Amino acid sequence: MTERTIKLDLLARVEGEGALYVKLRGQKIETLEFRIFEPPRFFEALLRGRPATDAPDITSRICGICPVAYVMSASQAVEQALGIAIPPEIRALRRLIYCGEWIQSHVLHAAMLHAPDFLGLPDAMEIARAEPDLVRTALRLKKLGNTLMEVIGGRAVHPVNTRVGGFYRAPDADRIAALVPELEWGAGAARDMALAFSRFEFPDDAADYTFVSLVNPDEYPILEGRIGSNRGLDIGIDAFSGSVRESQVAHSNALLAHLADGTPYMVGPLARYANNHDRLPEACRRTAREAGLGPVERNPFKSILVRMIEVQFACLEALRLARSYVVPSPACVEAPPRAGEGFGCTEAPRGICHHSYVIDHDGTLVSASIVPPTSQNQPQIEADLARVVLSSLDLDDDALRQRCEQAIRNYDPCISCATHFLKLTVVRA
Amino acid sequence: MARPKLAVWKFASCDGCQLSILDCEDELLAIADRIDIAYFPEASSRMAPGPYDLSLVEGSITTADDVARIKDIRDQSRTLVAIGACATAGGIQALRNTADVAEWTRLVYPRPEYIETLATSTAIADHVRVDLELHGCPVSKAQLVELVTAVLAGRRPQIPSAVQCVECKRHGTPCVMVSHGTPCLGPVTRAGCGNLCPSVGRGCYGCFGPVEGANTDALAAQFRRLGLPEAAQRALYGGVTCAAPAFAAARGRHD
Repeated sequence: MTERTIKLDLLARVEGEGALYVKLRGQKIETLEFRIFEPPRFFEALLRGRPATDAPDITSRICGICPVAYVMSASQAVEQALGIAIPPEIRALRRLIYCGEWIQSHVLHAAMLHAPDFLGLPDAMEIARAEPDLVRTALRLKKLGNTLMEVIGGRAVHPVNTRVGGFYRAPDADRIAALVPELEWGAGAARDMALAFSRFEFPDDAADYTFVSLVNPDEYPILEGRIGSNRGLDIGIDAFSGSVRESQVAHSNALLAHLADGTPYMVGPLARYANNHDRLPEACRRTAREAGLGPVERNPFKSILVRMIEVQFACLEALRLARSYVVPSPACVEAPPRAGEGFGCTEAPRGICHHSYVIDHDGTLVSASIVPPTSQNQPQIEADLARVVLSSLDLDDDALRQRCEQAIRNYDPCISCATHFLKLTVVRA
Repeated sequence: MARPKLAVWKFASCDGCQLSILDCEDELLAIADRIDIAYFPEASSRMAPGPYDLSLVEGSITTADDVARIKDIRDQSRTLVAIGACATAGGIQALRNTADVAEWTRLVYPRPEYIETLATSTAIADHVRVDLELHGCPVSKAQLVELVTAVLAGRRPQIPSAVQCVECKRHGTPCVMVSHGTPCLGPVTRAGCGNLCPSVGRGCYGCFGPVEGANTDALAAQFRRLGLPEAAQRALYGGVTCAAPAFAAARGRHD
C-alpha cells in the first residue's frame, strides 16, 4: 500500500500563519491537521480591568484586514451593557463604513489572493503582467473601500473616529456626497469582475453545509439581526454561547467552534448569501444568475463569485446610504458607567464575529469573550479538506497541495483573528 | 542591473502593516516593476530564497522559535527595517510583560498546556540589529513608499521625528487638551499619522510611540490639572505602544 505525505509549511496568500499536514495510506486519510501557529496574543485576558470604552480600539488590533468588524461588534456589546440605544443616523453611518471594509477586504481576497489560484499564477503582480486592466480595476475598487473607511473612520487600518456610542466627529455631508460617482462606478466594476471570474474553471465540489449567519428580515445583514441557519437555528445574539461550543486541539493555536450537537458549520459569504438571498437587490441577484449561481451555492470554490456579488451589493448599499446621508447630531450617544453584560455580533467579511463582555459598576471590563469567524470555520475547513483530498487522489503531490491551498483560501481565513491558525504536510503512507 | 530583492516577514501581529503595503494602490504596480518581491507570503505563493536586499519585519517576538527565526532573517538581510508598533515596541500584546502569562493562558485556553509562548512580547531591536524603524499602528503608507523609494535610490529615507503637537500646529487643529480638556498623548508622541485623532476632536492615544525626549512628567502634571484619575492615565499609556520604554515607565508610575 502506498503512503503519501502532503506538507504545506506556510500557507501563502492568507492573513496570518497556518499550515497543513495530511497523511494518506492508499485511499484513506490517516491524519489531516489544519494548523494555526500564529502565536497567541491573549486579547481576552488583556482587556480585563480596562475601561470598557477601550474595547473597540483594542480589539480592532486583532485584525488589520477587518478592524471595523471588531470595532462594531465590541461597540455593540458595550452599548448593550451600558443601555445605549443607537439612533438611525449613527446606525446608517456605521453601515456605510462597514460597506467600505467589505469592499476592500473582499476585493483584496478575491482579486489579489484567490484569483491567482484559478489562473495558475503566484500572485496579483503576475496577473498584472498578463491582465493589467483586471489588476488596475481591482486596485481601484480596493481603494474605493479604503476611501470610505478613511472618510468616515479617519484611516483604513484601525480607524480612529469610531467609538462606543457612535463617532467622535460626523463627516460633513459634502465629503459623503463626493463618494457617489466612484461608488456608481464600483457597482458596475464589481459586477463585471464577478462575471469575468465566473468564466474560471471551478473544481467540481459541493457539500451539504450548515450555513450560519446573521439573518435580518429587513435587509442583507451587516450589523444586526438574529443568528440563523439553513437548518432551523434561530437565536438572539445573546444565546450564541449556548448554541456553539469552543474547544481546543494540540495542533492549533485557534479555538475551534462547533454547534452544540458537535457538527461543524460555515460562516461567511456563502452562508450570508444562502440565508439572505432574497434580501439582495435585484441587480445583485441578476449578476448571480448570470454568473451561474443559484439562490444557494454549495460549491465552496465559487465563494470567489459570491464575494464579488457582495462587493457589488456593498457599493449599491453604500450608494443608497451616501445619497440619504443625514449628519448625525450628536455624533455620539454617551452614557454613565453601570454594571451589566452585553453582546455584539456583526458580519465581518469572513463571517460573524461575536463579542460578549461583562462590565463592572465603574465601567471596567470584568471579562471578555471573542469568537472570530475563522475559529468557527476551522472545523468545516478540515472537513472540506478531507473531502477535497479524497476526490483528488489522482493528482500528483504538487497539484494536490495546490488544490488543498485553494480549498483553504475558499474561506478567506484570517489566521491572525483565529488565534486564539496553517502548515500543509501530506504524508502518503 | 538586477532588481533589489524585497522580503516581508510576519511575527505576532494583526497583519495591518503588511496590508498597508498592499494598500499603496497607486504605487504598488510601479514598485513591483522596480523591486523583486521575492518573499511576501501574505501576497504571493512564490517564496524565493535569500539573501534579500531589504527585509520589512512586522510583528513582535513572543515565542522561542521566533527568537531563532528573527536571527536567521537578520543573517539573510542586507537592510532590515522593523515596521509598526508590534515590531518597534512589542504591540498591544506587550501588556503581558507586566502580567502573569500563565494565568492569561489559562484564562483564554481550556488546554493551556498546548500553548507555547514567552512571558514577554518584545521589539525586533531587542533581538537583532535593526537598520531603521517605521513606527505606527499601523505604519504610514507615505512613510512606507518613502522608505522603498529611498532604498531603491540608495539614500537615507526622510522620516519625520517631530512631536505630534507640531502636526496639530501645522494643520491648524485646535489643541483638544487646552480647548476641551480632553486627555491627549500628543505632547509625548512621535508625529507620523497625519494628525488623525485631534482632527476628529479626540486625544492622541500614542500609535507612533514616544517621541525622543518625551517629557511624561510634565504631561502628568497637566493630567492632574485636568483631574484625570490614575487608572485612566495608566490605561492611556497601556495602549499599542505600552512597552516602549518612556510609556512603560510612565504607566509604571500610575500603578
